[in-house]
Amino acid sequence: MATAAQTPVDFSAAFNMAPTPLADWLIVMPVAWCLLAGAVLLMLRKRTALHPGIAIFALIGLCLFDAALLVRVLAEGPLTMVMGRWLPPFGIAFTVDLMGALFALTAALVALAAGVFGRADVDTTGRRYGFYPFLMLLMAGVSGAFLTGDVFNLYVWFEVLLIASFGLLVLGSERAQIDGATKYAFLNLVGTTLFLIATGYLYGLFGSLNMADIIVKAPQLRDTAPLMTLTTLYLLAFAMKAAAFPVNFWLPASYHTPKLAVSALFGGLLTKVGIYALIRVLVMLFPVERDHLAWVIAVIAALTMVLGVVGALAQNDTRRAVGYLVISGIGVMMAGIALGSPGGLSGTIFYALHSMVVMTALYFAAGIGGTLAGSFLLSRSGGLYAGHAVLAFTTLALFFSVAGLPPFSGLWPKVLLVKAALDVGAWWLAASILVTGFLTTIATGRIWLLAYWRPAPVGAEPGTNPRAPTAVEGRHEPPVAAPGDAAPPFAAMAVLLALTSLSVVFGLWPEPLLAAAQEAAAALLDPSAYVLSVFPGEVPQ
Amino acid sequence: MRTVIFRTVAPYLTSLMVLFSIFVLLRGHNEPGGGFIGGLIAASAFAIYGIACGVAPVRRALYFHPMALSAFGLLMSTLAGMISLPLSVPFMTGNWMKLHLFGNEIDLSSVLLFDIGVYFVVLGAITSIALALEERDRG
Repeated sequence: MATAAQTPVDFSAAFNMAPTPLADWLIVMPVAWCLLAGAVLLMLRKRTALHPGIAIFALIGLCLFDAALLVRVLAEGPLTMVMGRWLPPFGIAFTVDLMGALFALTAALVALAAGVFGRADVDTTGRRYGFYPFLMLLMAGVSGAFLTGDVFNLYVWFEVLLIASFGLLVLGSERAQIDGATKYAFLNLVGTTLFLIATGYLYGLFGSLNMADIIVKAPQLRDTAPLMTLTTLYLLAFAMKAAAFPVNFWLPASYHTPKLAVSALFGGLLTKVGIYALIRVLVMLFPVERDHLAWVIAVIAALTMVLGVVGALAQNDTRRAVGYLVISGIGVMMAGIALGSPGGLSGTIFYALHSMVVMTALYFAAGIGGTLAGSFLLSRSGGLYAGHAVLAFTTLALFFSVAGLPPFSGLWPKVLLVKAALDVGAWWLAASILVTGFLTTIATGRIWLLAYWRPAPVGAEPGTNPRAPTAVEGRHEPPVAAPGDAAPPFAAMAVLLALTSLSVVFGLWPEPLLAAAQEAAAALLDPSAYVLSVFPGEVPQ
Repeated sequence: MRTVIFRTVAPYLTSLMVLFSIFVLLRGHNEPGGGFIGGLIAASAFAIYGIACGVAPVRRALYFHPMALSAFGLLMSTLAGMISLPLSVPFMTGNWMKLHLFGNEIDLSSVLLFDIGVYFVVLGAITSIALALEERDRG
């Protein structure tokens, strides 16, 4: 202490000396808030009656923080906060651009929906195993991944969400769940390890992990450093996370085993984190290398979308079919990454946001329908339309939305993507998107026909299917509603309707989201604003 | 494993290790040590006690469930980062204050608070796993 007084230290060489305005705290609040709520819930782990209230309050708070953040980013461009006051690139930077803010807000909305749905779906045992604490910690990981501006930090948030997702997968520790979780855990660990190896390599090449710093340094290193190898490693690691063909088989093997609220959350969020990372690293950090890989990504995209939907056609279990639809959507999103044009990328971003909402809602719908019919198997269910017209029409709307039919939100991103593909003459990619849409219509139509439209078996009241056993098949926990209930639970239906109406609203009035997606895509292709927000005064290239 | 010698030594060993873990935790600011390694030492202390004398006495002695301790640590670490909020500096900045106590000057920092949080996270998580495994072992 005495020496410090004698020789004054110039803190401004290492520290950001400007005071941080309170509004900048919005950048880290989504993460810090989720961690706080998760910790509080974990401390109250025995008081399960308090869990839903605290968690839903926290999730509403998260939505508000993310919404405020989005408003600020829309008004002011990318925002940066560097942890611990250190100057970048040495401090860990959180940099929020428009894409990150859009993804974070949609993820928060989906998590809120899952939290409300979980009130009915997750029983006391599930709560004692920690559904709500894990949900909050998962959201800390997801929000962190969307908001961070540091590659290694992105890896850390991947780990956080992965560990929370392991916990969510095995709520209740049943045999089928452990089986699904083992496959999920193994493949995700392989993907994460690849990600870590690639990141170590990246650090070795660049001596920096800050994304803005990498954008600045990449042009000088491009001639000498093996950036192509690095980009390919990242492509493989993130494709595994996103469940792209041929590394997609872990998803249908595991996503139908946990509670429905968990399946819905995973189907909505986790694969999109992989897509987000792909966009961030391939498009923003290594655009030149992505150009070289464009063919590979395009072929992967086409195969993923077509094979995904073919898988959905073949399923008897509605939850597994929805799992395959999630994969098919990943293919559509990867098509935009392969194209790499402003139109293609804005299509991908729009589709990812649409997919988060719609896939979550589809799992909810499949769950409510399955419990009402007494079975998730198409061969055993039927007659839902007669008893539950609202549910039937909502599900039909979601099916149209996922197939990309108007007037729902799935239409516009597909229009953007097909147009972008035709613009560069990739007619086969455009054709595969259209064929996928057509096959999706057939696949979802088949589910709707068999589970909803087809009359219930003779001599049965709707909802009390005599072919179905009293316990719901393929589920071992108490269902959302007991089979034979006259109406689905109110909260579950309300959540389903809210998510579906989001899809309808953005289908009928897509302009604001389209404009935001286009702006976000333009910012990714020309990241000078992103770099400027981290290094004020620096001019990239 | 439950020999007389081990059972006799275990309580002393445990208390020594817990003391040592706190020493390592506090030492960690300027020298090797810190919350993570301190937490590991404390967790092994409880594991040893569990092996020697059974899991139930350890759970009684800890009073709080290890997971709750872990959550408390997470809460503490996050709050240590939030101290920066009223001080107009970014998240997780190390903030210092001087405490004058009995004529001595003691430096207190939010970094220490964060490290104590890490100590509890590691202590809680590892103890929770170790005790669960030991319980399974006994059948």
